[in-house]
Amino acid sequence: MAATPWDSDLPRDLKAHFAEGITETSTYLGQNFLVAKPDSVIPILEYLKLEADFDYLVDVTAVDWPKRAERFDLVYILYSFSRNERIRIKTYIPEGFKPETATGVHLTANWLEREVYDMFGIEFAGHPDLRRILLPEEWQGFPLRKDYSILTQDDRWVQENLGIPSGQ
Amino acid sequence: MSDTTFLDSTELVLNMGPQHPSTHGVLRVILKLDGEKVLGTDCVIGYLHRGVEKIGENRTYAQFNPYVDRMDYVAAISNGLGYCLAVEKLLNVEVPARAQCVRVILTELNRIASHLLWLGTHALDIGAITPVFYCLREREEALKIFEKYCGARLTTHAFRIGGLQYETYDGFEQDIRDFNKWFLPKVDEYEELLTNNRIWVGRLKGVGVLNADECKEYGVTGPVLRAAGVKWDIRKALPYSGYEKYEFEIPTRENGDTYDRYIVRMQEMRQSVRIMAQAVEAIPEGPIMGKVGKVIKPPVGEAYVSIEAPKGELGYYMVSDGSTQPYRLRVRPPSFVNLQALDRMVSGGLIADVVAIIGTLDIVLGEVDR
Repeated sequence: MAATPWDSDLPRDLKAHFAEGITETSTYLGQNFLVAKPDSVIPILEYLKLEADFDYLVDVTAVDWPKRAERFDLVYILYSFSRNERIRIKTYIPEGFKPETATGVHLTANWLEREVYDMFGIEFAGHPDLRRILLPEEWQGFPLRKDYSILTQDDRWVQENLGIPSGQ
Repeated sequence: MSDTTFLDSTELVLNMGPQHPSTHGVLRVILKLDGEKVLGTDCVIGYLHRGVEKIGENRTYAQFNPYVDRMDYVAAISNGLGYCLAVEKLLNVEVPARAQCVRVILTELNRIASHLLWLGTHALDIGAITPVFYCLREREEALKIFEKYCGARLTTHAFRIGGLQYETYDGFEQDIRDFNKWFLPKVDEYEELLTNNRIWVGRLKGVGVLNADECKEYGVTGPVLRAAGVKWDIRKALPYSGYEKYEFEIPTRENGDTYDRYIVRMQEMRQSVRIMAQAVEAIPEGPIMGKVGKVIKPPVGEAYVSIEAPKGELGYYMVSDGSTQPYRLRVRPPSFVNLQALDRMVSGGLIADVVAIIGTLDIVLGEVDR
């Protein structure tokens, strides 16, 4: 089963507003998502919040595809209480690209983006407090990248802070 | 330091945790204080980080199933349900009605167990020592049913992708009926102890207010959102596992303070009993396992599935590349997201209320840190 086009008023409306900014609107397994250009994501989030009542940012996360030119998927999951509808916004960004923060639109993006930074090393431009959140501040490497093996540790950090000579 | 600077200094930084009985695990909160007033907080989390999402990418779908129990270990069955539903969504398989019904019963029983642990520890934090003994006594009966069903009490691994591994044991229905009948008066007993207790009301009313708009802004869900007046529960809004078949109310309150969150959770326990009572009389006959192959290999694609866990919206975002292991497995933990609102809730309040507010958020650090 492949993704089928998402046929509803909302994608038509969004496409009319953002034209080139939206490259795909689809449905897979009954779940609607759209793919947007990185620069359009924040305006789309803002538009959806103000005009379409998508007032709850459920989650922000990323997926690493090391072999692809645009290495990361950045995924925003939105929900609207009044419409009882959930949608996903995806965007593809290359390594080193600094997407704009969503904290200006949804406060909850603060910690969610910090976690994405912590795990993937994606830096959000304009984020008020971009620090690691789950791992220690001095940790080297970004664990959820595919080139970070599950056995990898920051040996130096472990040696210095936990006193384990082997680092493992 | 001269005496004048000491008297002039208004800001004091106080470290609370990670080893502190009232932070419910290893949460560290750095508090900025002006006398007894809290000016701001900084949460330091991650002490329990085990890299659950990374582990998920390195295990097969079935192998990862027991790991999810270790996130919110107080409500392990809810975690398992969410995970199984997400994989079933990717596989696009139907779960037999019998399995769905048993899942609902066990999940609701787990919600009661989770709320009981919350109530006991929350009351203990505030200074009421008695409820924790009562709550753990009642929770024990729920855990005994889990133990009889699958052999484990806490990290149960009760569900399998596609349905259930175990048939219900002989007398399962009667155990649930007995529990329901015995448990409802116990809720009255807790309410008698607490609801109109002057100290309890005085410590909770108007403390840690989070209104509906702030909840939505912070992505806060679960009882915290409902206490702020938003009648929203995923079991009703986007039903899963056959919840649409059962009659129950979504308890809400208006003020969004700690007291209202207490009332909402108490009523939720009664509603859980109501759901269990309906489900146990309507367990259909039939298979308990759907059509799932021995090797679980979902087609290429992605899905986000969420459930109403005791703490709020628990979601799983999964990307499959067609192999036997998830390409990406993201857990959207309610505790983590709810904890972010702590700063807003405690700022401007008194330091003594910090403990009450951490308690009322009902966080489990295993889930915050994953």
